[in-house]
Amino acid sequence: MVSLSEFLMVAAVLFGLGIAGIILNRKNVIILLMSIELMLLAVNTNFIAFSYFQGNTIGEVFVFFILTVAAAEAAIGLAILVVLFRRLGSIEVEKLDKLKG
Amino acid sequence: MTLIHIIFYVFSAVAIGAGLMVVSSRNAVHSALFLVLAFVASSGLWILLHAEFLALILVLVYVGAVMTLFLFVVMMLSVNKVMTRESFVRYLPIGALVVVLMVGITFLAVGPAHMGLAIMPTPPMKPADFSDTAQLGSVLYTDYVFPFEVAGALLLTAIIASISLAHRIPKERKVQNISKQIAANPKDRVRLIKMPSSKRSQ
Repeated sequence: MVSLSEFLMVAAVLFGLGIAGIILNRKNVIILLMSIELMLLAVNTNFIAFSYFQGNTIGEVFVFFILTVAAAEAAIGLAILVVLFRRLGSIEVEKLDKLKG
Repeated sequence: MTLIHIIFYVFSAVAIGAGLMVVSSRNAVHSALFLVLAFVASSGLWILLHAEFLALILVLVYVGAVMTLFLFVVMMLSVNKVMTRESFVRYLPIGALVVVLMVGITFLAVGPAHMGLAIMPTPPMKPADFSDTAQLGSVLYTDYVFPFEVAGALLLTAIIASISLAHRIPKERKVQNISKQIAANPKDRVRLIKMPSSKRSQ
């Protein structure tokens, strides 16, 4: 059987890719949101791996709630994005400096 | 190298490759589709971990609903401007440094020395009639029923928030003005005239 550390390593690589997407992407806010989804996926994989190897269902319950919150976050984030696009006509990260003094 | 190992490595490679393409793709639609692939591959990993219900939920809710929403928004905004490589290259050194450091430290922490099969052995096989869904439900609806209700209220909040954010007040459409309709007074609309009747002239 596959060991716990292998699952955790895959999740770590996925999480690192999500962070890389947030650092590298300066043009498109949608890809930023997708990177956040990728990081959430990695964290959920960690929860499920620990839940299986410790024989504990509570980790899966937590993943259930994370999925709920992530769906709500994606819906509100995309709505904000639509409003932003109507206001600025662009969703580039570098143009989001209206709050700068 | 057993069959489960091969399946695990195939799903992991697909998930990591798809994640790499999500980050590096220049087209947002391609990124969304590769994210779908990463989700599907991860749900395969979750099934290897005997979390069947959550794996199916991931495919149904995430691939079916959330990623469709993403694709809708990508197409609605019609951002066909191609991502330039300039900023990508500019932030590549610091990004690579941060990511390599983080993933390296995590590898040291979760490596086979700490989380290997010797320390965390595989749990015994469950009986054939064991249902992951039933067990998850029996915990979710008893011990965690209050967080479950809170999650439902959170989803309602998200619905109301996103509709009120993205809804536009109609300007040029022909719609009913309800307050104007209710405030209408019969005296303004109907005029009663009193006039004597007259014989029809033959």
